[in-house]
Amino acid sequence: MSQLPLRAQLASALGRTAATLSRATGRGDGSVIGGRVGLMLEPDLLRKLAADRKLVLVSATNGKTTTTRLITSALQEFGDVATNAFGANMPAGHVSALASNKDAPYGVLEVDEKYLPEVLDTTDAGILCLMNLSRDQMDRAAEIWLLAQKWRRALAGRPVHVIANCDDPLVTWGASTAARVTWVAAGQRWREDSWCCPECGGPLDRSGFGNGGQGLTAAQMADTNWACRECTFRRPEPNWVLDGEYVTDPRGQHWRLDIQLPGQANRANAAMALAVAETLGLDPARALPRLRTVTSVAGRYTTVERDGRSLRLLLAKNPAGWLEAFDVADPALPIILSVNAQGPDGRDTSWLWDVDYRILRGRPVLVTGERRLDLALRLTVAGVPFQLCDSFEQAVGLLAPGKIDVIANYTAFQQIRAEFGRAV
Amino acid sequence: MQSELSIVWIYPDLLSTYGDQGNVLVLEQRAQARGIQTRTVHVRSSDPVPQQGDVYLIGGGEDRPQILGAERLRRDGGLQAAIQRGAALLAVCAGYQIMGTVFGGEEGQPVPGIGLLDISSGRGERRAVGELAADVDPALGLPTLTGFENHMGVTRLGPGVRPLSRTLTGIGNGDGTEGCYAGRVIGTYLHGPALARNPALADLLLSWVTGPLPPIDDGWYQALRDERLRAVLPS
Repeated sequence: MSQLPLRAQLASALGRTAATLSRATGRGDGSVIGGRVGLMLEPDLLRKLAADRKLVLVSATNGKTTTTRLITSALQEFGDVATNAFGANMPAGHVSALASNKDAPYGVLEVDEKYLPEVLDTTDAGILCLMNLSRDQMDRAAEIWLLAQKWRRALAGRPVHVIANCDDPLVTWGASTAARVTWVAAGQRWREDSWCCPECGGPLDRSGFGNGGQGLTAAQMADTNWACRECTFRRPEPNWVLDGEYVTDPRGQHWRLDIQLPGQANRANAAMALAVAETLGLDPARALPRLRTVTSVAGRYTTVERDGRSLRLLLAKNPAGWLEAFDVADPALPIILSVNAQGPDGRDTSWLWDVDYRILRGRPVLVTGERRLDLALRLTVAGVPFQLCDSFEQAVGLLAPGKIDVIANYTAFQQIRAEFGRAV
Repeated sequence: MQSELSIVWIYPDLLSTYGDQGNVLVLEQRAQARGIQTRTVHVRSSDPVPQQGDVYLIGGGEDRPQILGAERLRRDGGLQAAIQRGAALLAVCAGYQIMGTVFGGEEGQPVPGIGLLDISSGRGERRAVGELAADVDPALGLPTLTGFENHMGVTRLGPGVRPLSRTLTGIGNGDGTEGCYAGRVIGTYLHGPALARNPALADLLLSWVTGPLPPIDDGWYQALRDERLRAVLPS
């Protein structure tokens, strides 16, 4: 790592300068521009920076940034870890992350789902963590079955160890060409994209057959097991099992998670992180205390204060993400919803109709964001009373001091963070 | 007017990638606002399509589910029988193409549809993604169509159908028209919750079954329509 060729050294130094300038001028956190400058000068920079490290790639539709953070925290038990903590999850972000920590023996990189084959090819990472796949920003994202098929092709014949969520049929299918897979029964809340077998198109049955993994309750078995009715594709036997607050490791030992990040989705992320850590030789007894130190990730789950109001910020970018956010939100609290449709959000708001908002009935609901009228109609049809607000500030001002939940999609979330000076 | 309106949503497990559920929810809400009880059946692709429904909906999907959906509908025959009886159908995007005689598969190969509409579709050169607005055939008496399209399809209309609308912005069928209709079957490239942006189209489908409908409070529908049309049409 410290033995980079001269051209690569120069490229990463100039990249770091660009990143510093970007931060100093307030344009961003610098991780994308820095990487772009570096890649321009040395197209092979990512490969060179990745060489000689133990590298973990983390990909999914939801939970990438959080799981990357959890794995990073765990591996810090061993020493320095290079990581793209701010969610810059394409090659420029990876270059920037590795260049800014050249001597770290470990690297944990969040990777955009579409870029996974390319990044795997370039970095030759030894470990992959794959969590879930669901519909997301359909006006620009690849269709997810095609995405899973690209994963399969990229993994076939490669000496990579995959840690994958076997409760998600599409992830299971995408991962199952890998030479070595550790299966984690991490759960699947959003199922609207996995009614059909990814292998043959037949119906997937969800209950009442087969042998489950160790430690599964009967109810959970019925709920999470799946198999195709028409071909042999079925849920593999899990090596790790998440059951509520507890994780069972491959030796049958139970671990109480007790993490600070809220909600079942984060317990699933933590279970995946434990399995990845063990693959690198770090057992749960040492990894867990480190996972418990993580309280917020790039502003997500953080609480900010304004005029006596405590606002908890939840990010939800797609229907599966909204289900996870609803799981975390407190039914006793008022809630502000903010939706935009800029490029990173997807220009199309159709996904609002895949989210079941009826769970919000009975709470004070305030609606804002650039596409608040789309959300207003959606809530009207769902029979959820709401108040329309021209701005986030107005919404906050309309609520009495106290605790408030906030759910926002990507750029709406970043706008709210910016209002608080990105201090969160 | 009958006591209960039956809405049949075809193959949500295969053809529901873009918020297609919105069309079901809008039909339910607009019927119920007029005191009409509704019953909705979600028909999985492994189940037969009931023939006695009133309004049928079929949505969009990826290439492979589209081919699977077309095969199953052809084998099943329930939808074809329902349309013969006079049921109404809204077919969206991939579902629209399936209603024709042929559409393009993932490599552009021709795949047979179920022939409920006299149209044939193939793959275009470029993906049509973005807002669409179109003037509806005056015979239908509907206001400007608004919505979002996201497809690679090009559709040629035969003499057995009429264009649903003429595009003001967006691609639609690819020849300046968007969607088509024949009898009580409407097809459109406006994907996902097309009825949320076009409540009059929802009412047209309902009224084919129920007869004339009294007006209801359309405040939020109208506000959203106005905003979207303002965003894409020159004032």
